[in-house]
Amino acid sequence: MTGRLAALARLGVVRRLGTGLAVLWAAATASYVALLIAPGDTVDILVGDGADTPEIRAAIIKEWGLDRPEIVQYLAYLWRLLHGDLGRSYQLQRGVGEVLATQIAPTVQLTLAAAATGVTLAVVIALATAGRGRAARGVASAAELVAVSVPPFLIGIVLLAVFSFTLGWFPVSGAQGPSALVLPALALGLPIAGVLGQVLRGGLERALEQPFAVTARARGLTERALVARHALRHALIPAVTLAGWFTGTLLGGAVITEALFGRPGLGRVAMEAVTGRDMPVVMAVVLLSALVYVTLSTLLDLAYRAIDPRIRG
Amino acid sequence: MPAPTSAPPVDALAGSVTRTRSRRAWRGPAAPAVLPLLLPGAFLLLLALAVAAPALLTGADPLAADPLAALAPPGPGHWLGSDHLGRDVLARVVYGARHSVSIGAAATALAVTAGVLLGLAAGLSPKWLDEALARAFDVLSTLPELLLALLVVAITGPGTGNVIFAIAVAQIPNYARVIRAQTFVVRRSGYVEQAVTFGRPRLAITAGHVLPNVLGPIPVLATIGIGQAVIAGSGLSFLGMGPQPPAAEWGAMLSEARNYLRVAWWEALFPGLAITLTVVCLTVAGRRLQRRFEGRTP
Amino acid sequence: MTTTHDESPAPLVAVRDLRVAFKGTDVVRGVSLSVAPGECVAVVGESGSGKSVTARTLLGLAGPGAQVRASAFTIGGRDALAFGEREWRSLRGRFAGLVLQDALVSLDPLRTVGAEIGEVLATHDVVPRKWRRSRVLELLESAGVPEPEARAGQYPHELSGGLRQRVLIASALAAEPELIIADEPTTALDVTVQAQILRLLAARKAAGTALLLISHDLAVVGSIADRILVMREGRVVEQGPALDVLGAPAHPYTRALLAAVPSAASRGTRLTDGTPLTAGIPLTDGTPLTDGTPLTAGTPSTEGAGLPPHPAAPGQVVLAGSGLVRSFGSRRVVQDVSFTLRRGETLGIVGESGSGKTTVARLVMALLDPDHGEVALHGEPWSGLPERLRRPRRPTIQLISQNPLDSFDPRHTVARLIAEPLRLPRAERRARVLELLARVGLPPETAGRHPRELSGGQRQRVAIARAIGPAPTCWSATSPSPPWTSPCRRRCWTCWRSCGPSTAPRCCSSPTTLVSSTTSPTGCSS
Repeated sequence: MTGRLAALARLGVVRRLGTGLAVLWAAATASYVALLIAPGDTVDILVGDGADTPEIRAAIIKEWGLDRPEIVQYLAYLWRLLHGDLGRSYQLQRGVGEVLATQIAPTVQLTLAAAATGVTLAVVIALATAGRGRAARGVASAAELVAVSVPPFLIGIVLLAVFSFTLGWFPVSGAQGPSALVLPALALGLPIAGVLGQVLRGGLERALEQPFAVTARARGLTERALVARHALRHALIPAVTLAGWFTGTLLGGAVITEALFGRPGLGRVAMEAVTGRDMPVVMAVVLLSALVYVTLSTLLDLAYRAIDPRIRG
Repeated sequence: MPAPTSAPPVDALAGSVTRTRSRRAWRGPAAPAVLPLLLPGAFLLLLALAVAAPALLTGADPLAADPLAALAPPGPGHWLGSDHLGRDVLARVVYGARHSVSIGAAATALAVTAGVLLGLAAGLSPKWLDEALARAFDVLSTLPELLLALLVVAITGPGTGNVIFAIAVAQIPNYARVIRAQTFVVRRSGYVEQAVTFGRPRLAITAGHVLPNVLGPIPVLATIGIGQAVIAGSGLSFLGMGPQPPAAEWGAMLSEARNYLRVAWWEALFPGLAITLTVVCLTVAGRRLQRRFEGRTP
Repeated sequence: MTTTHDESPAPLVAVRDLRVAFKGTDVVRGVSLSVAPGECVAVVGESGSGKSVTARTLLGLAGPGAQVRASAFTIGGRDALAFGEREWRSLRGRFAGLVLQDALVSLDPLRTVGAEIGEVLATHDVVPRKWRRSRVLELLESAGVPEPEARAGQYPHELSGGLRQRVLIASALAAEPELIIADEPTTALDVTVQAQILRLLAARKAAGTALLLISHDLAVVGSIADRILVMREGRVVEQGPALDVLGAPAHPYTRALLAAVPSAASRGTRLTDGTPLTAGIPLTDGTPLTDGTPLTAGTPSTEGAGLPPHPAAPGQVVLAGSGLVRSFGSRRVVQDVSFTLRRGETLGIVGESGSGKTTVARLVMALLDPDHGEVALHGEPWSGLPERLRRPRRPTIQLISQNPLDSFDPRHTVARLIAEPLRLPRAERRARVLELLARVGLPPETAGRHPRELSGGQRQRVAIARAIGPAPTCWSATSPSPPWTSPCRRRCWTCWRSCGPSTAPRCCSSPTTLVSSTTSPTGCSS
């Protein structure tokens, strides 16, 4: 029996990976199509605002195969991607992969810290307020409403104004040391806490109204045990389905947060690439975010399967 | 069929108006008691006025710089203070509504229209086409909204129209997925089946039962969606992708103001407040709509 | 008043003048009851009579926002009025176990059934941790769950309804409580399984566990209860030893409940032969029952002593199915089903859930096409035709759905719903709708309301009005009386019969309605 279940779960994983690869392929194709349909000469776009010399133009035509039929160009592009070759930025005069590799660490730090902050806050708020009196829930939901209604850069500005300029607790910008991470992580994590907190509390409250909660109480369980052993799992299920939103908020928010706090990182690279119309870098960032999305949502999907036996197999 | 699920934020914020109504799904938090019923409505009216006829609300010119009066604190003359170029903050906030709110509204209108058409097309199509469209929605929603918008702007260049287009493209899959799912539910519902047994023609059933019930959640989602689009638009403007200076746009104003935070809090506070209030009011209004919508389900 | 057996020992639970209110509205209005050790007390009443709230209040689980008052309330010899949450917790599961209706939702769907039972053992420290697992298996075994080793690791959705209910009972029994409170423990189950679960409860009772059984169905409690309390609108209207209440009911309401149960005598009665199933038994004592509509109002054909006999002469064949086969994927749901139905006949299709009844109904309605075999309507081909050809003939065969609310467009009013199948000019529609409403016994003002605002019984009548509107010659009804409480169900039946001069095959999982409705039962198995 367990052997069969395990086999089914493996099947699920295989299918999940297949879907993930399909998404990656589609993202690569989409950004390639975007490059093609962009108005203007493709070589001009690839050069962007970089140094425009005949030698560079020749190099671009060779690298992208622009003198060959479009289908061949496309296949060649996919082939390069398969080998991990993300192309070359003509503005930065470096390989795109190299550019991303040098800038990835601060962004990973930022997003992980923000994710941890957001999730922790959301769980704490939801546990503290689910099923409580009107006042506590009112305050919490008002706070959540504001958290989802304030643009992340505004949260950042307020945090800066209060904690850096007025109180002087944290540095205004830069990425030196953990104290420089506090405000950006908060700015990025608070909107996540707002949405996630709402979803979790709603899930908890719904679970606590279910007949199985009555049964569990009738066994003599304390409310705390009921939440910990039964309700929390149920509340996590809708939260898991927010995977895409979660990833998007983190990556998109990182662009803005890095710009605001003057942090180095991929967000800043992406911004500079967009303003400088450095297409190879933009395309690589799009691919990278699709990769992050696929990875994260695969992991969350597996978590979902682990939580909810009803959808296994 | 484990598709990559990225529940759209509008959907999350609205609760599940779109799922089967018999289930008492999450309804979003109770509207906070601190905001009485009338306040959001009144603010939204004021906002509409600012968009339609800003001159009625302020006599000052949002673009008139006066270096001598730069960074003046709020007081007579400049009720909300003046910015680093001596422009009246009140006037810029009022005129900014035109940019910020119309970007949000236009992007949402575009996204809803395209999303509804695509979602219906998928929901009513043969299986293979539906599958293809559904995968396309999945891929589009794979990309973080802001990155997708940046990709669009990278190609089209900055500017109001391009930002509207970029945000709309990024939000289309949200609406399309909701509509597609809703179409599925309605098509398999007992009342559509019953209408078949009455011998009603297919077209009559689609027009009489499927469409109205599929479109049901749209007002709620769109109201909340405008708020989210305002956030996205101001975010892009903050990054310098939106209306170009010296145009007054809330996100762009904040972007400039952050350099003067230490000396002129008012230059950042008021546009920030304007964005926040707009989004809060739209969200509250959306949830009220939703509660009325669900009110029919005891 | 509360105890009929003077010689009985101190009761496990005794409550006097219990009142429970939600938001200022009394739901329970002065109920007194007691359960002695080893005794089985049944509380019977329609949904909304306050019986479930009463039962849960006995465990301190009336729910958030409930105001509970009583002039005396003892449980296990202690004064429950003074209990805090901690005292309640120590009693729950240990002193009294609770069994709820539907184990699919009453057991945590995300946890294995073994974990659910083990939780009781852990909470009350019944057995040391190392013996917990073997104790769980013993409990499953004693509740009649085969292969307990394998079952303990499964989730509720992987078990059949009967096994789930056994698991739920096993978990309620885990800490060996002296009292089991069972709230509609058999309602969601098929008949055969119901009997098994009742036997299991009876065995526990024989072993000395006291039982408080809550049910809407007198037939269910009749076999097992020592005493019966009949509740209505929050009050006990009649109580006494089971034999007295069942044999010589004093209150009209009890008689109405009893009359709704097909007794051995009325079993096998044909619906179509005019035997007055309802005739002569006053359904109500003048006051309306739950849905506010006296049965006879506006249903002309039920007025007077009996129902006019249906045209019983077997006419021409209206509907015929031959060799119907239908599969979904690799699962063959309908296998070689044949039937004929003549004018004026009623055909019941009986079977447990999952036996394919509903699929047969969908084949008959041509909502599905059979893989093999065919359905003929009025002697002409019906299944397998292009929809274009079927459409004009659709009004002659109408469906009454299992769940009326599902078959109503949520945006439409009752008037619009009933008008939908009518092919009438706008001007005539209104009059016809009112006429149809009157025929099913609904007041004219119902027309402007939304079905959600109606009671289950009223919705069912709307569904019937919709189905008789196009004057079909044939009806198909899937379980037209789902597990509502009996008087309600009975009203619908009467309504149905009075309106139905035509032929009606129905698929039904509920035996009581079925037995009394079946002319020529067709077995239906997959």
